Amino acid sequence: MNDSHQDVFDNIKGTVGDVTVDNPKMRLSNVDVFYGEKQAIFDVSLDIANNEVIAMIGPSGCGKSTFLRCLNRMNDTIPTCKVTGEMSLDGEDLYGPNLDTVLLRARVGMVFQKPNPFAKSIYDNVAYGPRIHGLASNRAELDEIVVGSLQKAGLYDEVKDRLDAPGTSLSGGQQQRLCIARTIAVSPEVILMDEPCSALDPIATAKIEELIDELRQNYAIAIVTHSMQQAARVSQRTAYFHLGKLVEVGSTNHIFTNPSHELTENYITGRFG
Amino acid sequence: MSTTSLLLLALCLAFVSFIFGRQKAYAVARAHGGTRALHSLPGHYGLMVGLWCALPALAIIIGWKIFEGPIVSSLLDSSIPQAIHDKGDKAVELYKNEINNLAASGKISEESDAAKVGAANRLNSVRSYSAIALMIFSLAVAVIGAALAYRKIKTDTQARPIVEGIVRFFLVASASIAILTTVGILFSVLFESARFFQQVSIVEFVTGTKWSPQTAIRADQAGSSGSFGAIPLFLGTLLISLIAMLVAVPFGLMSAIYLAEYASPRTRAIVKPLLEILAGIPTVVYGFFAALTVAPLIRKLGESIGLSVSSESALAAGMVMGIMIIPFVSSLSDDVITAVPQAMRDGSSGLGATKSETVRKVVFPAALPGIVGGVLLAASRAIGETMIVVMAAGLAANLTINPLEAVTTVTVQIVTLLTGDQEFDSAKTLAAFALGLMLFITTLILNVIALHVVRKYREQYD
Repeated sequence: MNDSHQDVFDNIKGTVGDVTVDNPKMRLSNVDVFYGEKQAIFDVSLDIANNEVIAMIGPSGCGKSTFLRCLNRMNDTIPTCKVTGEMSLDGEDLYGPNLDTVLLRARVGMVFQKPNPFAKSIYDNVAYGPRIHGLASNRAELDEIVVGSLQKAGLYDEVKDRLDAPGTSLSGGQQQRLCIARTIAVSPEVILMDEPCSALDPIATAKIEELIDELRQNYAIAIVTHSMQQAARVSQRTAYFHLGKLVEVGSTNHIFTNPSHELTENYITGRFG
Repeated sequence: MSTTSLLLLALCLAFVSFIFGRQKAYAVARAHGGTRALHSLPGHYGLMVGLWCALPALAIIIGWKIFEGPIVSSLLDSSIPQAIHDKGDKAVELYKNEINNLAASGKISEESDAAKVGAANRLNSVRSYSAIALMIFSLAVAVIGAALAYRKIKTDTQARPIVEGIVRFFLVASASIAILTTVGILFSVLFESARFFQQVSIVEFVTGTKWSPQTAIRADQAGSSGSFGAIPLFLGTLLISLIAMLVAVPFGLMSAIYLAEYASPRTRAIVKPLLEILAGIPTVVYGFFAALTVAPLIRKLGESIGLSVSSESALAAGMVMGIMIIPFVSSLSDDVITAVPQAMRDGSSGLGATKSETVRKVVFPAALPGIVGGVLLAASRAIGETMIVVMAAGLAANLTINPLEAVTTVTVQIVTLLTGDQEFDSAKTLAAFALGLMLFITTLILNVIALHVVRKYREQYD
């Protein structure tokens, strides 16, 4: 961090706006994340609400993806990473004994930046989660889950004739919707999306955005995005991260029309980022 | 002047012409306002001149050396007395050899035949004239070639395509060498095998169940006529390779998964090289280990539970061979497992899969094509292995699938057939080539399958 960065960093004092909501689905308080010696997230608190899309925006390296990965403890897969703070799902501690990573990730699903279908058929890709969690007791139930998930992901009509084809044979946008279907198939309560459209063309992006809006009816959704237009289109609440701190949280409308913090305004108006 | 120094001289000339060519290209460029005015880079012009200097001269030197021998030899023919010619070809050869020896040694004793001495002297003078002529001719061609190319350097001379074309030619030539060698090996084995199959029917060889290659050298000698049924050998090879793969595949694969997925970078940095040391141990040492440690151990164990185990058993050889090829399986599998994108592991653990579920259901299937390729390569290695079998499994060609008995393999028989003083026209010796041919075909098929599998499924996850 050079001097000007240091100044900016020191001037971010707490978060502007209300980080809490009534009846939060997930509540994170005073979260710090370290990669080895380096601290990536500084004292961030944020609630995730039901039936709502919260967008996390900010310049590259601001910690928004790292924060997202705290929500389902994906950071555990990185050996040097250390997370401290209080995190809960429906009031249950994420690091408590009753909620190990397997259960947590079944309830908090994740869609990644680059579509990452397994080297399996379309059917097996979607059936993967239900199979490992034993959600279906017979083939008919499994079929039902797979078809239902593909339908919810808006992919079923395109692939219903070739469920045996490898997942990797689909186009990029279809692959990403397959990954969303795969996530839905384990009936999660929260869906995390880490820049789900950054590898996709505008038409595929539009389809995913529509899908996110529909999924909001049933899930709590947190999405990290580089595109401010996307954040404005799909989210109800927006969180602006900068240099590992949460600068401002508020309704999307408020953040994009009348941001309270100078840094947020600079970012929204395109002065950096 | 010897050929070596002539070659060196030609290369020096080529280098000098490269320098001159480049110099001239720079000069031409300066006259036309910078190297941008040239069609190609100055280095290309230099290379063009150098190659024009070296290649024709090299072609002449090589061609000369090829044709010099036969021409000199036919000149020599004319100086051989008719009396020798009448005695037949062998006498002529002998006479020529004597002349050659005389010419080479320069020792002319008093008993030497005057005619021979004269011929030897003529031979020497022809050779020295030839050497001088070659030197003058090739160097002249080199200089003329360089000069012609040098004169051609203008702004629009297309030197780059010429140089690129020649580079391409050398690359193609290098690639052909490996292929031509394979073809050459195949043919040399094929012709000897054909000679074998003239004496022993191919049906008997492929379907016979008795292997006893001892044949009597003289007709009046007591001894068996020899039987050449290759099935016991191939069954023995199959048995030992199978035992080896049963050891190598599970252990190799599991250590690969441990190294790629579970081990910390520190552990990996220590364990992986240690495992690869296994591949560096000479097979003879494995042979000692199998014959002196493993085989007696198996025998004792077997006898303690009431089994009869021969002191040289397929099991001992196969197990030790399996340990030897563990690094092939583990190292190749480790590479392909590591190459599976992290995104796929994240996708799986993001759905709540445990580490072992991720490995078994996502990483392993994605890496499977590469793993199969590695296993098949290890199998070819096991089939071709000789030393451990010689020392630990014996030489008896038993037709058995009992791993506790002594068996022998194709490669071991080839070695025993070809070592020692042998006649090269007996069926016994020629059988080695037929065995080699069949082994070659077997491993070739395995390799083709391996390549096909790897190619078909490669990059499926990208």
